[in-house]
Amino acid sequence: MKKYLALILALTLTISALLTGCGYQYKELNLRGTYDKSLKGTSLTVYNWGEYISDGADDSVDVNKEFEKLTGIKVKYLTFTSNETMYSQIMSGGISYDIIIPSDYMIERLINENMLQKIDTSKLSNYDLIDDSYKNLFFDENNEYSVPYNVGMVGIIYNQKLTGGDIDHSWKVLWDEKYKDMALNFDNSRDAFMTAQMILGQDVNTLNKADWDAAADLLKKGKANLQSYVMDEIYAKMETGEASVAPYYAGDYLTMLESNEDLRFFYPDEGTNIFVDSVCIPKNAKNYEAALMYINFLLEPDISTANAEYIGYASPNTAVINNEDYCYYKNEILYPDEADMPKVQYYHDIDSDVRTYYETLWSEVKLY
Amino acid sequence: MKILSKLYIALIILFLYAPVAVMIVFSFNSSSSVWVMGGFSTRWYEGLANDTTMLTALEHTLIVAVLSAVISTVLGTAAAVGVTAIRNRISKKVVMSVTQIPMMNADIVTGISLMLLFIFFGKLIGLNESLGFVTVLIAHITFNLPYVILSVIPKLRQTDSHLAEAALDLGCTPLKAFFKVILPSISTGIVTGFIMAFTLSLDDFVISYFTCGHYQTLPIVIYNMTKKSVTPDTYALSTLIFITVFVLMVLYNVLQTKSEKKRTETVRV
Repeated sequence: MKKYLALILALTLTISALLTGCGYQYKELNLRGTYDKSLKGTSLTVYNWGEYISDGADDSVDVNKEFEKLTGIKVKYLTFTSNETMYSQIMSGGISYDIIIPSDYMIERLINENMLQKIDTSKLSNYDLIDDSYKNLFFDENNEYSVPYNVGMVGIIYNQKLTGGDIDHSWKVLWDEKYKDMALNFDNSRDAFMTAQMILGQDVNTLNKADWDAAADLLKKGKANLQSYVMDEIYAKMETGEASVAPYYAGDYLTMLESNEDLRFFYPDEGTNIFVDSVCIPKNAKNYEAALMYINFLLEPDISTANAEYIGYASPNTAVINNEDYCYYKNEILYPDEADMPKVQYYHDIDSDVRTYYETLWSEVKLY
Repeated sequence: MKILSKLYIALIILFLYAPVAVMIVFSFNSSSSVWVMGGFSTRWYEGLANDTTMLTALEHTLIVAVLSAVISTVLGTAAAVGVTAIRNRISKKVVMSVTQIPMMNADIVTGISLMLLFIFFGKLIGLNESLGFVTVLIAHITFNLPYVILSVIPKLRQTDSHLAEAALDLGCTPLKAFFKVILPSISTGIVTGFIMAFTLSLDDFVISYFTCGHYQTLPIVIYNMTKKSVTPDTYALSTLIFITVFVLMVLYNVLQTKSEKKRTETVRV
């Protein structure tokens, strides 16, 4: 009995030691920009992904509270769960937001539909911190409408105990009979198609319907090999060892690793998807000046680091990347060297005709 | 046979409460994963106190639930009294069915149609931001109403209609007769209606999703976490809510049996 107790205590200690590894501790914020209370009493509506900002849990920085303290602006913080829900909320017309944080292809669509305001980056004193490789991207070639917030790439997570350690660095492992009934794939059309498209060597933004047909056939062929299509259940399945191979976002792998040390990660040789989530200001924003102030605040080295540690995705902010106290400093998964950097493709906003076409194919795959 | 029936009940209770029990256990799990057991810890409860997003959402949910339950109870009781007073059988049936249809209607239909109505009306009076606290409150009152009406009407049927007449005969004004005679005899129905309305409003997702605008309630905030994983703070919060509701229900039942005992005793005397 005593032995067990000791064991439990030891386990608790190691776990709490592990947990303190990440989570930006701070006493006082060091600020680079200047903030004043000229907009005190106004409010700012922020629409962001769920769990996508450091919120004060476990003694981390509560970003919104700090901003309120500093400027006297009341932050109304709201969340969404996919680019599409955010889009439909904006389009429904009953609501206005001052800040939204969509992904690349959605920003492209919003710009095309004239839903965004230009951001005056000359007023953002911290804008110079953004890494040059995240400037002038396809969706916003002149950096007029968006300021990068988070970056991520998809890779394959595997359990080295269950798979035996030796594994091909290829998307083909999801089709490999060695991992029959132990492999998972994405439960959303775009990402699932991407895994097949990479094997077929296609452009993920192809407008050729025959390409999509071929990818759908490949997915159908592989379906018997899969345990299931999943999204966030992947945490449970990988952490408990119920599944052994699964594609997911690099940042989330680091979270899973905290609960299961046998997990490993690689970027497939065929290439993979990269995404950038950026801060934008919608056309119907009511508090433009406060929005600028908020964006500049998000770029603050201390705030960015706190967010990067909380979210676990890669940061486009050089003040974070070069911060030695940052818990993922030089992490080779989030920030691979140029030599290890996989070939990457962004998703673009696809013409609605093709979009409907592959969505129909996807329903067929799911029913197959 | 007796053993079998006991076993059956035990099984049912197990299935009903196992999910809650598992959630309570995991809310004390020190590991950040919800699936791997660490040691005992109260860190999620401590974390909850600092989680402003979740606490604001909780505040929103509670405000909407309490207000919508109170308003729909008042409106619903009045409606129920009115409906039972209708003499014409056919029009009574019609009114009853019309009030009950929203209950059968799919939530998603109610949600979308309310959203359209609010936006349309908002545009009409020149608002460019129509969704918010007021609309979500109106929506909740709308779907709560039929439940209140439905739980009050049977109580009204049970009460002797001559009672009110007798009170009027003895010099009560109609209003006084209602408050002194009818209201006490239907009070259990009203309380049931209120509790139903409160709980329905507390966990409504679909209708709130379409009508809340900036006023996001707790179920919506929790749903939005699913892109990454839901944090264990949610388990801590749900545990606290469960315990509060549980204690309230126990108290309510104890008080009710006590007052019933009292009543039967006075009758005996």
